[in-house]
Amino acid sequence: MTEKQVIRFRLNGRPVEIAVESHESLVDVLRRGFQMYSVRESCGQGLCGCCTVYVNGTAVSGCLYLAVLVDDCDVMTVEGQGSFDALSIVQQAFIEREAFQCGFCTPGMVMMATQLLQEHPLPTDEEIRHYMSGNLCRCAAYTEIIAAVHRASELMKEHGLTLPASTGSAV
Amino acid sequence: MSKVIEPGTNEITTTGQVGRSVPRLESKAKVTGRAEYIHNLELPGMLHAKVVRSTVAHARIRRIDVSAAKEMPGVYDVITAEDVLKLIPDPYYGPAFHDQPILAIGKVRHVGEPVAVVLASDVHTADRATDLVEVEYEDMEPVFHEVESAGTETAIVHDVIRPAGTFADLKTLKPRTKTNIAMEYHLRSGDVNAAFANADHVFEHTFRSQQVNHLPLEPIVTVAEVTDRGNLLIHTASQSPSFVRIEVARLLGWPENRVRVRTAYLGGGFGAKLYIKLEALVSVLALLTGRPVKLSLTMEEQFYTITRHAATVHIKTGVTKDGRILGRHVTTWWNGGAYADIGPRVTQKSGFTAAGPYDIDAVSLDSYAVYTNLPPAGALRGFGIPQLVWAYESQTDIIARELGLDPLDFRRKNLLTNGRPHATGTVLVDAGTTEVLTELERLMDWHGPFEHGTGPIRRGRGIAIGIKAAVSPTTSVAFVNIYSDGSCGLYCGTVDMGQGSDTAMAQIAADVLGLAAEDVRVIHADTDVTPYDMATLGSRSTFHMGNAVRLAAEDAKTKAVEMCAKQTGLATASLRVENGQVVTPDGQAFTYGAILSKQYGMQAGNIMGVGSFVPDYEKPSSENGKSENITPFWMVGGTGVEVEVDIETGKIAITRLVTVGDAGKALNPGIVKRQLSGASIMQMGFTLFEEMAFDEGQVVNASLADYKIPGFWDVPEQNDVQIVEVPHKNGPFGAKGIGETGSLALSPAVANALQDAIGVRIYETPLTPERVLRALRAEQGNEWEED
Repeated sequence: MTEKQVIRFRLNGRPVEIAVESHESLVDVLRRGFQMYSVRESCGQGLCGCCTVYVNGTAVSGCLYLAVLVDDCDVMTVEGQGSFDALSIVQQAFIEREAFQCGFCTPGMVMMATQLLQEHPLPTDEEIRHYMSGNLCRCAAYTEIIAAVHRASELMKEHGLTLPASTGSAV
Repeated sequence: MSKVIEPGTNEITTTGQVGRSVPRLESKAKVTGRAEYIHNLELPGMLHAKVVRSTVAHARIRRIDVSAAKEMPGVYDVITAEDVLKLIPDPYYGPAFHDQPILAIGKVRHVGEPVAVVLASDVHTADRATDLVEVEYEDMEPVFHEVESAGTETAIVHDVIRPAGTFADLKTLKPRTKTNIAMEYHLRSGDVNAAFANADHVFEHTFRSQQVNHLPLEPIVTVAEVTDRGNLLIHTASQSPSFVRIEVARLLGWPENRVRVRTAYLGGGFGAKLYIKLEALVSVLALLTGRPVKLSLTMEEQFYTITRHAATVHIKTGVTKDGRILGRHVTTWWNGGAYADIGPRVTQKSGFTAAGPYDIDAVSLDSYAVYTNLPPAGALRGFGIPQLVWAYESQTDIIARELGLDPLDFRRKNLLTNGRPHATGTVLVDAGTTEVLTELERLMDWHGPFEHGTGPIRRGRGIAIGIKAAVSPTTSVAFVNIYSDGSCGLYCGTVDMGQGSDTAMAQIAADVLGLAAEDVRVIHADTDVTPYDMATLGSRSTFHMGNAVRLAAEDAKTKAVEMCAKQTGLATASLRVENGQVVTPDGQAFTYGAILSKQYGMQAGNIMGVGSFVPDYEKPSSENGKSENITPFWMVGGTGVEVEVDIETGKIAITRLVTVGDAGKALNPGIVKRQLSGASIMQMGFTLFEEMAFDEGQVVNASLADYKIPGFWDVPEQNDVQIVEVPHKNGPFGAKGIGETGSLALSPAVANALQDAIGVRIYETPLTPERVLRALRAEQGNEWEED
């Protein structure tokens, strides 16, 4: 066993601290320490996107990201994006376009789609496929996810709705 | 009778709940990441289990040394078969055969077989300690290919083959020795030899499907704990909680009421989480330690746990020169891997449809479940049917081309239609064979012009159609509980693994009771709470559980009306139910809550409705394999594709995918379309690139890095899905299952399109660029040497 190290970071806008071992991944720590169960380890190799979280506003694979590295960082999970009573635009669009089946990959998809729309508010199909290609869905709801990203883009443009800040606000 | 559903159409029933595209009831839970999965479950004092797995395909175990692992700091215990045997003297489990040991006893039969388990509070500690368990093996001769294994006399996987006697239709199976054929099924209908003699042409081909994996993104996971009364509580990502309870209770010699099995949402299933997987092992670990134990597989371990059968299909067909099929003989060898799982049922239940959706006078079928030293194979979205359709629909096109007939017209000419007997003797009823083919023809603009191209990119198109018989006989039971305020809970054991069953079942109950589907709460499978259901498999739930739910809701409604009749002194026949209220002839309306309040003098009590459904069934005759009632309903699926083939690289790109499925009645058209599309794209992966690659039984690509599944770039630009509705007289509101329909016909449609594009035929999936290039070179007389 290695020595534990205390790290402090902001999780969905709130300051937190936890003692972690050097080998622990961000997925392990978010689940073990903070019950952030939207962050899921599936392939364990950074290939499926089920563990997508933002670190300092950038999407990373939580299963490959060592937890010690988020010391003093902003970490955001889908729990920080929206809630039952206040869904984010992307979450709303996913429901409207039925862009999920089992839902296991959905938080990662929502995170990635949100970052895509921050960078490309009016993405083409090609841009969506390219940007989202690191996220897998075994139920294969891809056609619907592409439609959902377009729908979210439309909601932003036509209704002036905005995306949640990628560093998270206190929830 | 049939009709085609346009996107967004709201079909109106009496109350409009059935036929409405209700968004999944759990939508918000899923997009916010709050949906419950067993993957997320942690219990106080829980130990994590990590499995020590066999590194060889077939061997005697000489010695297992766990001492170093036990001494590692943080390790709680290391368990082997020796410990299991103290608790369970005969620790072999399985749905069709009791052949799978909880941990290997004396020998191993495939790479990855569980040999020992390390337990620790920390999952990483347990993982590291597995490396310290030393196992000494004495190699035995392994066998991997299904046809070779069926004939071998030396490499015998099981000394004695032991049927379980669980399923009514497999009860008569006898134990066997000195063979790897676990079970065989034979059908004889008409004189096939005479048909071949009378035929103008006889075609004979062999097709093969490769071994592939389900790979649900929520890996298979089970948590078990011992309760304060010494009973078992098993939390498991399972498609069949009722079966798990029966099987664990049987192993322990306990009554069913001492074992409680519950599930949550499943992060995908596709057949991987069926029957019994980790549950027996984790239960034993909890009982041995007295602590809650969790075993969550890694993606790599999923490859060694359950897979889809590789299959070799030999098909011989006699036709007249004008394109009438006279006779067909099909022999199928199913590669079941080291343990039978549900393979014997695949052998029979799928075996009998091997002649396809065609009206053929003389049919003879042989189907063999074969043990090999590969990871076990079970049910994967289609129960073996896609492997059979791959063969017969590839051959259909080959024959049509040889005879100079249009492939679609050739199919139509031979199509089995309602009122005609299938080869089993069961008359086809309410099946959309004609409708699906006609819809495919229209959507593909089949008789319209099509540009094949002349440059390095060639274009082609193909179609195929498949038929599947729903597995029978199976039972579903449901409860509808109207609570004291009139709100409604639906207790059903169907497991929602993404197919949207919660929503569909709520729609059925709501339609009957006059409520909104959104207001029905569906209680997830928990054997202490929800009644028996055979399993969530084989597209059976809509039909079977749908009927049980409808009957339960009808029962609750009848009881509410009777209660109201007594309270008002009116005749029950004079009362009707509207918008969730019982209405009297003079227009007085009583909510279910008001009726209960009146009954009990305060807000109290329940109205309980019970429904159970088991369809009629006649098992196949042991003499000729025939039955007049072999299935409660038929599924019919058709696929059309347009492809672009790069003749320089051999890569096939599907540019347009058309999936047509007969839903009987689409209870929720939105979800039905998603199911059809999802199944189709999953099958596209199995067709174009997914393949478990082996080296001496070791899976050399057991990760998502090396085993690619369809991603965003693989989805065709045009992905068209079409629902056909040919209502079934016994289906709830006419509905049939749809979960596998999109899987049935895609593979041969692509191979047929490939031949249309570049004139070559491939007989084995996946249709990789290498295979395409090799076939193309062979066609040009410029064959590549094998490496």
